[in-house]
Amino acid sequence: MAEHTLYNNVWNLHKVAQLATGADQLLIGLHLVHEVTSPQAFAALKEQGKSIKFPNRTYATMDHIIPTDVIARPYQDPQAELMGATLEKNANEFGIQFFGRQSGKQGIVHVLGPELGLTQPGMTIACGDSHTSTHGAFGALAFGIGTTEVHHVMQTQTLSLIPLKVRRVEVNGSLETGVYAKDVILKIIEKLGVKGGIGFVYEYAGSVFESMSMEERMTVCNMSIEGGARIGYINPDDTTFEYVSGREFAPKGQAFDKALSYWKSIQSRPDAEYDDIVTFDASDIEPMVTWGINPGQGVGISEQLPDPAQFSGADRRTLEEAFDYMSLQPGQSMAGVPIDVAFIGSCTNSRISDLREVAHVLDGRRVSESVKTLVVPGSQQVKSQAEAEGLDKIFTAAGAEWREPGCSMCLAMNPDKLIGNQVCASSSNRNFMGRQGSATGRTLLMSPAMVAAAAVKGHVTDVRQLLEGY
Amino acid sequence: MADKITHISGHAVPIEGDEIDTDRIMPARFLKEITFDKMGEYLFYDARFDSDGNPLEFPLNEDRFKDASIMVVHNNFGCGSSREHAPQAIKRYGFNAIIGESFAEIFLGNCRSLGVPAVMMLRPEINALMEELDSNPSLDVSLDLEAMTVSYSDKVVPIALSDQNRSAFLEGTWNSLAMLQANDEAINTTASNLGYFSNFE
Ligand code: SF4
Repeated sequence: MAEHTLYNNVWNLHKVAQLATGADQLLIGLHLVHEVTSPQAFAALKEQGKSIKFPNRTYATMDHIIPTDVIARPYQDPQAELMGATLEKNANEFGIQFFGRQSGKQGIVHVLGPELGLTQPGMTIACGDSHTSTHGAFGALAFGIGTTEVHHVMQTQTLSLIPLKVRRVEVNGSLETGVYAKDVILKIIEKLGVKGGIGFVYEYAGSVFESMSMEERMTVCNMSIEGGARIGYINPDDTTFEYVSGREFAPKGQAFDKALSYWKSIQSRPDAEYDDIVTFDASDIEPMVTWGINPGQGVGISEQLPDPAQFSGADRRTLEEAFDYMSLQPGQSMAGVPIDVAFIGSCTNSRISDLREVAHVLDGRRVSESVKTLVVPGSQQVKSQAEAEGLDKIFTAAGAEWREPGCSMCLAMNPDKLIGNQVCASSSNRNFMGRQGSATGRTLLMSPAMVAAAAVKGHVTDVRQLLEGY
Repeated sequence: MADKITHISGHAVPIEGDEIDTDRIMPARFLKEITFDKMGEYLFYDARFDSDGNPLEFPLNEDRFKDASIMVVHNNFGCGSSREHAPQAIKRYGFNAIIGESFAEIFLGNCRSLGVPAVMMLRPEINALMEELDSNPSLDVSLDLEAMTVSYSDKVVPIALSDQNRSAFLEGTWNSLAMLQANDEAINTTASNLGYFSNFE
């Protein structure tokens, strides 16, 4: 088993006990709550007359069902209104801080935690949402849990967990212009597979991650779960500490110095041992696009789609099912595949740096007449920042819609949905059948810049051809 | 304490395919409810019904599997979202156990919390069981967590399950709340040793 990695260090500091089953009881340092996976947990607490053990370690926001166009209350969808009102009421009753639209800070839970400084290195972070792995970008152990576990965290601030193995995923070298963090993680998942990470934590290391901004690191860690790894993290460094410093909930003054020494103490030691190590070369990574029905079914923009005939058994059937659903042909390229919708948003890629990349591509261009283009910022703070920089003007001048923050078409629990078998170029993280709100809708995952390029051309295209000086 | 779970038997239904994600098990539009009460009705909805509500060809729609209480699946079942709505739907529809080649981690934890053993069997054995079910849908399948086997016809097949989860079922501690609560003092101590619980003040 791995030793002296950040994972081991943080786990040991948060281990409360070993339970009779042999599982570890782990203390959770930050609990993030949203409207979809929490109501049943609050109801269970109420039924038993219990309270939240550490209300000041628990924060709530609305993101999944929230509309991004007509935002007046009550919401047009009565079910959405009920879910929103229920969370607000629960947050008040249980004394936890709630970031609703009135707060000016509302946003997708995995955008909000980092930007408010709630997310810090060396924490354990849980949320009833599988993309909690995002917060691993800070060197935290962050993972998704189910609603019964949400209840456990509320009532005891702990969980029963089975220790995991640690795989170090190194990417060395430097990325070419037009190749983004999203391409790196899509490549990793394509190579290691969507179930390759089961039983593992992914520690991302190497020069590519070291030179990434925090927002890029979040994009990578976000999709760990798509590779089967419940947790993905990057050791904290100066980039991390600078990002956290000065944020609303970050420690200040002397407290910051104390925090800093804690954050440095939990880093993976140079003599750390890993259960597995895999390495990639950055120069092998080009802009990626998924073509199938799981995030591992991706190809480089210059590559051809696989041929099921060269596979056997289950692998072959999985490929055939994907071709059938997507109406694509073996051997074809993704470049040139027409799209109907372009979605820029989600906890993977809706932060200010993502929007800047999109604006860079859209500036002075128009999206194709035939493409409905949505730009959905990750939070109210991202939205204000984008507007202060005039990005919204670039988007609307290009013919895209500029929306209010939320999960939107990432999972389509709000009115933003695909219709029929529309094809959507999407900066989100899942291309599962039916994911974007239509049982026959088709999703192509790619970087935000690639989505913008596809929107302009009306079909999937290599964004590098639209970037100046390439 | 919850019920001890040692043996489960019943009829079984094969649901073929790798990477069956939680969006397929439970489409997101059905998550807009504040209780789990109706989740059973939505299980595999888009695989079971077309957009007009007409039944599609799917094992759960087949008469011959209608009293199945054990689901037999392939690889990485339950991948994707953490939504407990998916295993809640499986349980509320009437399934007491899942036998598969492998399961996504969060899904597996959710199943344990709900008292639904999700146990692993090698692929050839899964395929053999699926074939047998196809020709004999009223086959009695029996899962024994003490012996760690699945038996049917004259076959006894070994299964895998983590020691911790096995013990949680056998001891009736699959909902770990009571165990967690019992360590309240140790929880407080652990928290007070972590500077960030008091904002490093
Ligand atoms: S943006 Fe998508 S993946 Fe992220 S939390 Fe929302 S629904 Fe989940």
